[in-house]
Amino acid sequence: MADNSTTQDPIYVVDELIAQDIDAYLDQHQHKTMLRFITCGSVDDGKSTLIGRLLYDSKMIFEDQLAALEDDSKRVGTQGQEIDFALLVDGLAAEREQGITIDVAYRFFSTEKRKFIVADTPGHEQYTRNMVTGASTADLAVILIDARKGVLTQTRRHSYLAHLIGIRNIVLAVNKMDLVGYDQSTYEHIVADYRTFANEIGITDFVAMPISGFKGDNITTPSDNTPWYSGPTLVDHLETVEVDSTLDQAKPFRMPVQWVNRPNLDFRGFSGLIATGSVAPGVAVRVLPSGKTSTVSKIVTFDGELDNAVAGQSVTICLADEIDCSRGDVIAVADAPPEVSDQFEATIVWMSDEPLHVGRGYWLKLGEQMVSVTVQEPKFKVDVNTMARNAAQTLELNEIGVAEIATDKPIVFESYEQDQALGGFILIDKMSNSTVAAGMLHFSLRRAQNVHWQALDIGRRQHADLKNQKPAVLWFTGLSGSGKSTIANLVEKKLYRMNRHTFLLDGDNVRHGLNKDLGFTEADRIENIRRVGEVAKLMADAGLIVVTAFISPFRAEREMVRAMLPEGEFVEVFIDTPLDVAEARDVKGLYKKARAGELKNFTGIDSPYEAPADPEIRIDTTRMSPEEAAEFIVNKLLGDL
Amino acid sequence: MHKTLTHLERLEAESIHIIREVVTEADKPVMLYSVGKDSAVMLHLARKAFYPSPPPFPLLHVDTTWKFKAMYELRDKMARESGMELLVYQNPEAAEKGINPFDHGPLHTDMWKTEGLKQALDLHGFDAAFGGARRDEEKSRAKERIFSFRTASHGWDPKNQRPELWNLYNARKNKGESIRVFPISNWTELDVWQYIHLNDIPIVPLYFAGKRPTVERDGMLLMVDDDRFPLEPGEVPVERSIRFRTLGCYPLTGAVESTASTLPEIIQETLLTTTSERQGRAIDKDAGGAGMEKKKQEGYF
Repeated sequence: MADNSTTQDPIYVVDELIAQDIDAYLDQHQHKTMLRFITCGSVDDGKSTLIGRLLYDSKMIFEDQLAALEDDSKRVGTQGQEIDFALLVDGLAAEREQGITIDVAYRFFSTEKRKFIVADTPGHEQYTRNMVTGASTADLAVILIDARKGVLTQTRRHSYLAHLIGIRNIVLAVNKMDLVGYDQSTYEHIVADYRTFANEIGITDFVAMPISGFKGDNITTPSDNTPWYSGPTLVDHLETVEVDSTLDQAKPFRMPVQWVNRPNLDFRGFSGLIATGSVAPGVAVRVLPSGKTSTVSKIVTFDGELDNAVAGQSVTICLADEIDCSRGDVIAVADAPPEVSDQFEATIVWMSDEPLHVGRGYWLKLGEQMVSVTVQEPKFKVDVNTMARNAAQTLELNEIGVAEIATDKPIVFESYEQDQALGGFILIDKMSNSTVAAGMLHFSLRRAQNVHWQALDIGRRQHADLKNQKPAVLWFTGLSGSGKSTIANLVEKKLYRMNRHTFLLDGDNVRHGLNKDLGFTEADRIENIRRVGEVAKLMADAGLIVVTAFISPFRAEREMVRAMLPEGEFVEVFIDTPLDVAEARDVKGLYKKARAGELKNFTGIDSPYEAPADPEIRIDTTRMSPEEAAEFIVNKLLGDL
Repeated sequence: MHKTLTHLERLEAESIHIIREVVTEADKPVMLYSVGKDSAVMLHLARKAFYPSPPPFPLLHVDTTWKFKAMYELRDKMARESGMELLVYQNPEAAEKGINPFDHGPLHTDMWKTEGLKQALDLHGFDAAFGGARRDEEKSRAKERIFSFRTASHGWDPKNQRPELWNLYNARKNKGESIRVFPISNWTELDVWQYIHLNDIPIVPLYFAGKRPTVERDGMLLMVDDDRFPLEPGEVPVERSIRFRTLGCYPLTGAVESTASTLPEIIQETLLTTTSERQGRAIDKDAGGAGMEKKKQEGYF
């Protein structure tokens, strides 16, 4: 390891190739791809220092800028006599005075393989809108964590926002490793913590790495200080990660029409930026929302006609037939067109000091379409720190919520998850003309004009998405008379009132139908639980939140059901009522019969109850009323469901 | 049929999308054309955006009357070639007062450029003006939006910028407001040079090295472009092989000694030099660290 911050090898030693063979260098530069990424973290996480380091190491800082930087570092820097890289990227005068980054700034650097555009955004909660803005064009997010502090509330917020905006590539950069002595267990502990949280919010994959932006560890070259880390350096990863545009090309063809090109009576072309898929002359297309079909006759550009064009290219398309098509329309592949509708559910990020006015008209811009829209009262808003869903009458600056919206005429759209270009929108205040919100469409509430609805493969994901919830099985277990059914009933009622789609499987009602062939022998009890588990799993596949209330005395069977379900969906709720209390209650008189020998294999009497060792939720009914218990369970689950 | 787009292809597509967006959303757009290399790229992108139509807006040159002769020549040639109307505006007040870079220092830029631009936009009622600024040029530019709003008095409020998400641009403006649009915001200096090279875009010959009459003042090499250049007592122009990295008003723009006579050689020299592009211009050095930000708030482009 070098002895100070400025003697690391630069990312890109350009001089030799430039000096010796400029044509070869230009050829290399010409064929670079581009990656846009966002860095998430607060001032204290060393974000600006990291970006400054990337620019510095890739030689994007010229000598005169460096001289100014050295001068500034001594004058207003926070690193003593050392170079304060953060000063390179804090652009506006007000920010330099306050020592914080308050807006979105874009930085550029390149390596041998790629050109990079970094969106540098502030991390504090009051700048949620800035982060969302920066994230909207990013292929990748670098989530910075201070190794001394671990996963913090802000880490959760940044991750949630990055995930919300649809960034697939997440890098967990555990920074300031130099300040924790490059300790492996500190690092691994942080990564494990993060993984637990990431799974909860649906981030299935991320790449973690131990770094020091200040010292340069694992930024461009593997650090000797972390011999226990064998993964890629930050720059290696940025250079090789697959970019979203590749995935966009694999989707069906869609091009929002920006401008009709009509230089004379003999030429009529439709200009636009291809959103997804690819197109070639001869391809059958459909113009939405009219649904009229034609064939691509040619793809025109200044540099000549193209044999094919792909997502990310700006082109002009000519059609074989004279059909109506104007700005705002979408040209799509004929056999898999997008939907058209005028009522939607959407996630909305509010970006204005002026709160959302429910029912007021706003302009909505989506693709090249501009329509008038009204927003209903939000179904809920999300606490970006805890992911809890709270009731809301409106949305204020930096708040995120889910609401139904209605447009004054049908628009061509796709779910944001499927296609950002036809699913992402902004809302514009009609009075002030400012951009007040960003939104992401989930789905149409009705099929206003269903133009050749394409059959989807409906999986558990789609079922759950439609219900706007995360499926789960709340598995109540406890002795007979412990209060399982009573509390489970209350829980279901509460969830129902919160618009959750639920179903209660109760010990008694299942045994009257599905399992009426089963008795109470140990084998039958196991089969009983197996069947209930399978039914619960099917219901969870259908997107439901399933509440079950069975004694389910054996640990092995409960674990069997847990294993049937995706991780995190099985929630074991142990209704912990001591035997003497349950027996004293004896609501159905069963204990009395069992004691009298009239009931065989009765749990707690002549059959064992194996209490859960580590349930997700434990309820002590001697200290809580059923109402309190139900409230407790729902609150505990609220963030997850 | 998968095709990997290079960074230049992605940048080009983005810029074309922006230029088309302005044409459909603005009432009366105009492209500011300064004849420099960034303007050259921007004009080329506009021609690509609307081909086979010519770009449906005029070019506006806010003329200080102190541009190099070669710049005027290229300006007229490019307007002809693109089939676009060329509007030239010279601030009558500056002309009347005889404002020039030799006697008036910073006032020259202020009167001819800043005031001249405001007057030209007001005169024609343009509500959107394309500019060739890049975010990599200067720190305050790094935060400026692609669609950047100006008040009726052409001021810029950096703290009150609209969020810009995805590629959705909100071009709706309030009464009196106008928009500056920067289609090549995300390009770097190297990208601009490479694009000129790949697309064979005509640029002012002064970017290429040649023998030219020069004098040295305050550490800057100045080219004597015509007889309006007042020589100081004892000063004799010397023929040097020079070229310009950036082109402004000829007495304010410093040249560098160079033998780079092809584009690859220029790029080579640019990459190997250790001073940033704008150092040759006096304009950024006023007003300390926040020079450009201050100028922009006052209405400089």
